Amino acid sequence: MDLTLKIWRQAGPEAKGEMKTYPISGVEDDMSFLEMLDFLNEELIENGVEPVVFDHDCREGICGMCSLFINGEAHGPGRKVTTCQLHMREFSSGDTIYIEPFRAKAFPVIKDLMVDRTSFDRIQRAGGYISVNTSGNTIDANSIPVRKNDADRAFDAATCIGCGACVATCKNSSAMLFVSAKVSQFSLLPQGQPEARDRVLSMVNQMDLEGFGNCTNTGACEVECPKGISLENIARMNRDYLFASLSSNK
Amino acid sequence: MATISKGLFGSSLARKYWMAASGLFLCTFLVGHLLGNLQLFVTGEEGRQAFNAYGLFMTTFPLVKILSYVTYLAVLLHTVDGLMLARQNRAARPIKYAYEKQSANASWASRKMALLGTLTLFFIVIHMRSFWYEMHFGYVPTYKVDGVEYKDLWTITVTAFENWWYTAFYVVALLGLAFHLSHGVQSAFQTLGVNHPRYTPIIKKAMGAFAWAVPAGFIAVAVFLFVVQPGQSI
Repeated sequence: MDLTLKIWRQAGPEAKGEMKTYPISGVEDDMSFLEMLDFLNEELIENGVEPVVFDHDCREGICGMCSLFINGEAHGPGRKVTTCQLHMREFSSGDTIYIEPFRAKAFPVIKDLMVDRTSFDRIQRAGGYISVNTSGNTIDANSIPVRKNDADRAFDAATCIGCGACVATCKNSSAMLFVSAKVSQFSLLPQGQPEARDRVLSMVNQMDLEGFGNCTNTGACEVECPKGISLENIARMNRDYLFASLSSNK
Repeated sequence: MATISKGLFGSSLARKYWMAASGLFLCTFLVGHLLGNLQLFVTGEEGRQAFNAYGLFMTTFPLVKILSYVTYLAVLLHTVDGLMLARQNRAARPIKYAYEKQSANASWASRKMALLGTLTLFFIVIHMRSFWYEMHFGYVPTYKVDGVEYKDLWTITVTAFENWWYTAFYVVALLGLAFHLSHGVQSAFQTLGVNHPRYTPIIKKAMGAFAWAVPAGFIAVAVFLFVVQPGQSI
């Protein structure tokens, strides 16, 4: 398979970047998208060119490290797959493929295709947890009955891997799908109730501080999410935040 | 965990609540406005008198006056809030993508809400200049029936729609409004937290029908006035 790759090259966070063109041949159908980039990088290194920097870790679609905006879509043309699970058989010989970093003010480029997504970590730290005493008198998680349907929906929300595809694909660079998944995974469970109101207020506040955009409910995030996180979570967060705002006494 | 509450002002979510609430309120205004306009299907002297009596009621009855001020405020709030949201959204992505395929995952109307809203605002300004301003501050011919003085808004209205380009502009603006509503109305429910596997599909269908039916009603009246030209036979 012969391809023309148009890749965003940027030497560092402050450097000015640009799209550069790389013709590549010998790509096989069975290669994953990241293997194709490895293949390109080997060639670039042999030719004395700086290899393309991109994020990756597990390459099994569960860690949330790989990103990439491929041909105008986060994680490329596939549905419910991360870039590492996208295979070159989805493309045809002769194709031109645009490869760009996830774009958002809150996701600044570190180098080439690698972006800094620690804004997500800061949102998590603002309230994406429950306070549990673990010093000797740990409570068994199964001691509190949970309705099956609620447990399932909390688990669905918890499958969010925090990759940032929702932000990358949103025309407003909104982080609502990510934040709402992280709020919902606790707000649906009894263990999450004591801190529920503070959690949603604090996490939304941090989301705003990071400079993400607002939600227009286009639904693009749900379509591009590799884990199929539902827009229902955004509605739940809207609901929770509204009640928390109205009832907060601080 | 620290509690940070900005109440119902300042946060991104609060801005969206106001957007949704003012939008839904303006939808109820549209229904009222359309019901009033349907009287224009009655032609002749009978239609003129009924419409002008309605006009007198709408500009003098205290409850309607209060509602009209709430409506002006809602338009202003929806506009200013929308501008602030659009500015923030723009700032949230300083460097644009070289290649974007937004049509792959979102409807056209949902991606063009600011543009469609601006078109609608432009229309409202023209529309209010044509009728609202004339009725309140301009010159409108008057006549008396049983000692009550009526402003002849009917003649101003039917005459405006004898003009083909005014009618065409009106139709285009209302189609823009239909697209704006087709995303906006059902989206307002999601923003206010209403999403349920059983009810959301019904809300989406019903609000989709509303979004097209209401502008279709306005367009039907306008086209009727253009075709029939009831002002010529008075």
